Amino acid sequence: MSSDVIVETQSKPRYSQAVRTSFWFVIVALVCLLFSDISITTQDPWTELKRMGWGIITPNFLDYRTILEALVQTIAFALVGVALGAGGGFILAQFFHIGIVRWACAFVRAIHEIFWALIFLQMLGLTPLTGLLAIGIPYAGICAKVYAETLEEADLRAEKAVPGGSGLLSTFFYARLPEVWAHIVHYTSYRFECGLRSSAVLGFIGMPTLGFHLESAFGEGNYSDAAALLIAFYILIVTLRFWMRGRLLWLYLLAAPLFLTGGSEIKLTNIVRFLTSDIVPAPLRIGDFSGFVDWIVSMFQTQVLPGVFATVILTQIALVMTAFLALVLFPLISEKFFGQFGRSIGHVFLVIVRSTPEFILAYIFLQLWGPSMLPAIVALSLHNGAIIGHLMGRYSNEILLRPDHGKGLNLYGYEIVPRIYGQFLAFLFYRWEVIMRETAILGILGIATLGFFVDSAIADIRLDRAMFLIFITAILNIGIDIISRKLRARLRINQTVEAV
Amino acid sequence: MLLYLENEDLGYQGDIVLHNISLSVSDGERVAFVGKSGAGKSTLLSVLQSRFPNDIALIPQDTGLVRALSLFHNVYMGRLHQNSTFYNLLNLVWPQKPEVEEIGALTTKLGLEGKLFERTGELSGGQQQRTAVCRAIYQGGSAVLGDEPVSAVDNRQAVQILEALNERFDTILLAMHDVDLALRFSDRIIGIQDGKIALDQPATDLQRHDLDFLYIE
Repeated sequence: MSSDVIVETQSKPRYSQAVRTSFWFVIVALVCLLFSDISITTQDPWTELKRMGWGIITPNFLDYRTILEALVQTIAFALVGVALGAGGGFILAQFFHIGIVRWACAFVRAIHEIFWALIFLQMLGLTPLTGLLAIGIPYAGICAKVYAETLEEADLRAEKAVPGGSGLLSTFFYARLPEVWAHIVHYTSYRFECGLRSSAVLGFIGMPTLGFHLESAFGEGNYSDAAALLIAFYILIVTLRFWMRGRLLWLYLLAAPLFLTGGSEIKLTNIVRFLTSDIVPAPLRIGDFSGFVDWIVSMFQTQVLPGVFATVILTQIALVMTAFLALVLFPLISEKFFGQFGRSIGHVFLVIVRSTPEFILAYIFLQLWGPSMLPAIVALSLHNGAIIGHLMGRYSNEILLRPDHGKGLNLYGYEIVPRIYGQFLAFLFYRWEVIMRETAILGILGIATLGFFVDSAIADIRLDRAMFLIFITAILNIGIDIISRKLRARLRINQTVEAV
Repeated sequence: MLLYLENEDLGYQGDIVLHNISLSVSDGERVAFVGKSGAGKSTLLSVLQSRFPNDIALIPQDTGLVRALSLFHNVYMGRLHQNSTFYNLLNLVWPQKPEVEEIGALTTKLGLEGKLFERTGELSGGQQQRTAVCRAIYQGGSAVLGDEPVSAVDNRQAVQILEALNERFDTILLAMHDVDLALRFSDRIIGIQDGKIALDQPATDLQRHDLDFLYIE
């Protein structure tokens, strides 16, 4: 080989694996865009936007009783639901080394709260228990995983100094748990904030929480009422650290069940019928096994494949849009780019966008633009972009720069982004599965993802089909989770990310 | 005989740090291990620890404290094995009076008065080290094994700690970097150099300068 060739290969720019991976994600998203359905179908989106804008600047707090009622219900469902999830998760975490427990947790957390709620609605009717289980079950799966990992990473030096024969429980509570307790509390309080959002959204399927009142306000075009509800919700989230205090928690937990009353009566026959008959594929109910094969084939042809196709396409576009928005948004709250005043505006914007559940954002954009993938893409990327942007902004504040660093875009492109890019990809890949779970659920709003087919099947009272589709959705999520983990391992960005 | 090694190669995770070690320790001996840092003292101590019966009290070099728990609870941990699990958990959420009194007296004696319910993570390095010593003393038993138990305290406190350990334990095995303290508080000096036992003599036969060769660069 001549020396010319060597010089040539050396002078060619080489891109890091992280950059090449990002490039391929963008290409895939562009291809997905060709198959996507993006359009504005409403007659006059501008008039509606003007009316909404007017509603935002004239929020109506006159009906404060309704607002208060909505907030109290939202908090009560979130409190008890997350307490069930965290408690169950903590117990499950102790058995997380057992394969079947790990798999069961992965499965239950792959199913969105709203899907759980739809399932329990069939069994238990419109009762508080439905909402509590809808939050508690998937949260138990998530908490079990995080608690188990946290306990595993605990500092073991203290445990080694414990006298031999101290007993498992004593050793656990003295030497293992205190080491990670602060982390567990921190994570659980983050989960509670998520729980408030989940609880609010459950209102859209009939729970008496924020979403319920929001949907009726939007439905009647009372945008001032809707704005007041949303503003109250933001205040609730922003003031969380002031009213969610360790000692007060017990009081809240004791009081919360008092508000979770009413609803229809739970009938055992409904539960039995659901479990033994409703969810059994129709052909199997009459013992027709060859019909069952046809049933599966037809499910795949008419619902599973189109649903999965739309879900994946929408997810990939939303993922790349999320990345783009996060990169644009994070400087807004970074000390490296803006002063105190600029950052506080950035904070307000990011708090509003990330505190609004994707589902509610999508619902609002859907009112504006009509059903297509557009509202879903914008809602998902705004919400997730704000979350990742927030984390990156905080992360960028920790960077120490040399005194003679560049300014503006030079600073952005040369100093900051290269340093946080790995972390950024880690956040993004952790968020991938969340985006897909959410994409599936947005089908309920009329976008043809898997949730759309689930919702239609339930409307037709074909629960066997609904359960089959939910099962497929869970498998799809677990698949994305595995791919994401492999990618993170390959890019060596697998560090634990606390609050994603 | 409490402990007996003959021609053993010692190390951890496949890395042999100490070669051809022969050593025996009897009940009631007070042994100081001296030598440069990196000579292999800690390795030898961790091997000795693993060969000992369960009831030896430990003072690890990194103190092994639970930083999120109070001084009281960290010291109490020395007796987890002597009380029922129920009592341990009760004492965790609601410190019991007899324990508070006993541990309060012990920690006061070692200069930790007024700190009983402070988180050990918020104590200074020297206070943390004294906490670990208190835990070992509270645990009791016949033997204690400590890796540099007085490295982070001043001379006066070091003397106080070593006196307290001598009062409580018959058999004492300590790695020490302070040669004067080693000569003063032990019966037997074992000098480690380059992964070998370079010296093993009664303390009374030795003068300070007899140990200088261990520290030559």
